[in-house]
Amino acid sequence: MSDHHHDHDHHCESTGNGETYSRRLFMQQGMAFLSMATTVPMFMQQSAKGIMLPVGSLVTSQAGIPEDRVLVVIQLAGGNDGLNTIVPFESDAYFSSRPQIAIGKPGSTRQAGGAALELPNQESFGLHPNLTGLRELIDRGHASIIQGVGYPNPNRSHFTSTDIWHTGKTSAQGYGWLGRYFDNTCAGAPSHNQKGSIAIGNKAPLALYGKTQKAVNFETEELFKWAGTNASNALEDSYDEINRAESLDGVEKDSQLDFLVRTALDAQVSSDRIRAAVSKRPLVSYPNSKLAQQLQLIASMVRADLPTRVYYASLGGFDTHANQIGSHANLMRQLGDSLLAFQNDLAKQGNTGKVTTMVFSEFGRRVAQNGSSGTDHGTAAPMFVIGEHVSPGLIGEHPSLKKLDQGDLMFSTDFREVYTSVLSDWMGADAKDILGKSYRNADIFKKSLNT
Amino acid sequence: MKTPLDQLKPNEFDEQKAKHLLLRSGFGGTDRQIKAITNLGLEGAVDYIIDYDKLTDKEPIRGDEFDPDIMRPATRSERQSMRQARQSGDETLLEELRQERQRRQRADRKQIEEMERWWFKRIVETPKPFQEKMTLFWHGHFATGYRAIENSYHMFLQNNMFREHALGNFKEDLVRGIIHDPAMIKYLNNDQNRKSSPNENLARELMELFTLGEGEGYTEDDIKEGARALTGYNIEDDEFAFRANLHDTGTKTIFGRRGTYDGDDFVDLIFTRKPVSTYVIEKLYRFFVNDLPHGPTKSSKAFVNQLGNLFKRRDWELKPIMRALFMSEHFYAPENMNSIIKSPLQLIVQAVRTLNTPNRSKIIQTLVVASDLMGQRLFAPPSVKGWDSGRSWINTSTMFARQNTILYLLTGLRPDGYGWEADQSPFNAMSLVEDPEGEPRDIAKQLMSSVLAVDQPNKDRLSSLTDFLTTQNNQINNQTITGVLTLITAMPEYQLC
Repeated sequence: MSDHHHDHDHHCESTGNGETYSRRLFMQQGMAFLSMATTVPMFMQQSAKGIMLPVGSLVTSQAGIPEDRVLVVIQLAGGNDGLNTIVPFESDAYFSSRPQIAIGKPGSTRQAGGAALELPNQESFGLHPNLTGLRELIDRGHASIIQGVGYPNPNRSHFTSTDIWHTGKTSAQGYGWLGRYFDNTCAGAPSHNQKGSIAIGNKAPLALYGKTQKAVNFETEELFKWAGTNASNALEDSYDEINRAESLDGVEKDSQLDFLVRTALDAQVSSDRIRAAVSKRPLVSYPNSKLAQQLQLIASMVRADLPTRVYYASLGGFDTHANQIGSHANLMRQLGDSLLAFQNDLAKQGNTGKVTTMVFSEFGRRVAQNGSSGTDHGTAAPMFVIGEHVSPGLIGEHPSLKKLDQGDLMFSTDFREVYTSVLSDWMGADAKDILGKSYRNADIFKKSLNT
Repeated sequence: MKTPLDQLKPNEFDEQKAKHLLLRSGFGGTDRQIKAITNLGLEGAVDYIIDYDKLTDKEPIRGDEFDPDIMRPATRSERQSMRQARQSGDETLLEELRQERQRRQRADRKQIEEMERWWFKRIVETPKPFQEKMTLFWHGHFATGYRAIENSYHMFLQNNMFREHALGNFKEDLVRGIIHDPAMIKYLNNDQNRKSSPNENLARELMELFTLGEGEGYTEDDIKEGARALTGYNIEDDEFAFRANLHDTGTKTIFGRRGTYDGDDFVDLIFTRKPVSTYVIEKLYRFFVNDLPHGPTKSSKAFVNQLGNLFKRRDWELKPIMRALFMSEHFYAPENMNSIIKSPLQLIVQAVRTLNTPNRSKIIQTLVVASDLMGQRLFAPPSVKGWDSGRSWINTSTMFARQNTILYLLTGLRPDGYGWEADQSPFNAMSLVEDPEGEPRDIAKQLMSSVLAVDQPNKDRLSSLTDFLTTQNNQINNQTITGVLTLITAMPEYQLC
């Protein structure tokens, strides 16, 4: 299963001195420095501060692609039931395979799962009835649905399939695809602060884990700080002196201790910025759900112009082996409504054009329901990509319900074709370099995006 | 003439060096333990640590700690009924079998979690810390992850193999052991390595990651031919099984030599290659001496080479190597003291073992979770390469996770949002104070030296501590000293050992 051999070894200045906010600099330049940090490309900041990088150490991004584009990735953990998300209501096989859990065509009252929402210009497919939020985004032309996404020789283990999606490799081994993106482009340098990626959760996902790039993660902003002042406020000043010192007497530059001192300061500054960002009331109201909370945090960080390029959120509960109608419906409600609130927030901020959101799950579910009115682990499933620049509507082919592989759908789009589109068209990176192989571009963005 | 392996002069072995030895060979010691080790003298101290077989185990491994059968292969009659159900389309039975399988997988995931706690507890409580530290080293070196093999008992067997041979013979016990190890065979797909369709995974990693180093002393052809030699090295339930019918008996050419080699011959051949003497030695060096954030140095190379020569002369025995390492002047050189970034395990276990933190409720489970938050989960290294270690442990979020975990150990205060139980068990901070009647500044200074393993505490840091004590009217009591300790353990330098 090991396949770390092909990871490219670009040496970015991941821990370079130039990237530390020194306390003095921070104080002197204050917000001016911080706002500059968000608009000036990294290599210019570095040269502005007189930091010489080794020749060839910096692979710059593609010309003409803005450096401030943001990617939000949402994982639907557990394996989302694709057939009850994008419903093939003209298929007899669909209804006969799912007598207790099917969703009927728009307007129908005969199916236990309710009636699908119509999709513009689609006669055979509809949306899960609770995806009204997504439906609105489709109407705005801001959502695209890629059908039948999967990969060859599908693995039905949650762990392995998740790792396959995260690494972009069917071996499920090696660094994460977005981690490699940062490793390769240095766009996210340095590795240890918030510039690269931020995951909302108690652990950073493998997708963001690179050789030099390690994602910052926190479940709530309250965990992204030292909790010692809860014990006694009297500790605060001394703690700050200790952790906000820009250097320490007698410590050699770039020694282990120097590295730790700088990271400690970075942690304080990042924590200040992130907590200041999320303390603002959002411009729209969000539904009360876990995913909505995460997206609200992310929107507030986008609004505060954090230089972070990738955010990661996740929603669990999709492993619907039994009595799935109710639980899946709740998840669909949560998903659609959260996405809509997030897009509305971005719109009010004036940031719709800056953010693309990609939604995936590690696999879909089997075509036939199981004996407990649920579904077992399957294969291909739809992905969603949300944003102003996406090519709206359905993309790719819905997998056939007649031509199955041992009761499972056969994929029509390899997920790495979607990654290729995101990496090359949205992030301005060399997708082949990052994925280790050339894939077809799934063309999820409008042609006008980079012209 | 000086050589890199020169021993430290016995009279130079003082408390500071004894402390360094305890930190690196294990997880540190209390002041009393440090004094006792110092009194043994250099040779006595190193012998005490290395000859751990002479000590009595707190809990000897019996082998029956865990259920070996959760993921056992289906019996013949089970396979038969499955086949019949499939043929006759018996959906009810198929559904039952599916659920039975899911039940087993859930039970097995529970068991691996139990194992995590079991090993973590063992590391915390062991009277033979060096044995557990070596076991941890081998776990990172021959890294195998549960997620990919989904068989907790195989992980347990492998863990015991590492522990049993922690200081054994690298070639005969460990490398030969690993190509016969069920967990590794599964992890690197050697169970699919057949004469008709070879799988190169184990052959490749055996050279690249376990013995020679990437691209050192072998070619892609050697991998292909080595894979043929390893065909048929398979498993049967919980044991190694050589399957002659899957083995390629033909002639192979490995490193330019021709023969009808099998996997064991392949191991013998690998140990004729030059890089084998230094590859694992450098990894030991990074683990025990200096994690070399800027790559090997002149002095590290000289030391590794010399130790490699000894390794070869002693036929790959590990004990003489580790003895020479711990006895060497180089190991105690100022540039190697306090030069390693603590792994999450090191950070946590050292704190528990040396600060005498109270035994809080569900403490082991909490510590397992905390370590995971910091990037290290037992039985789940991120890949076959093991943990990247060094600076990769540290980023802004793990920095807070590290500080907050130690804060929890000291105060029982649950950081908002972690599912840990707040705990009121009192921490006896005063037990770490040598002279409770002393001046606040002297007390702060003594605590810094003792907790941070530094001779001369930094003045700015010291004044941050005395500033805090001033806000407490310079009272010295359990509460204020606990406060001082939360500050010391939140210092960036606390991440070093």
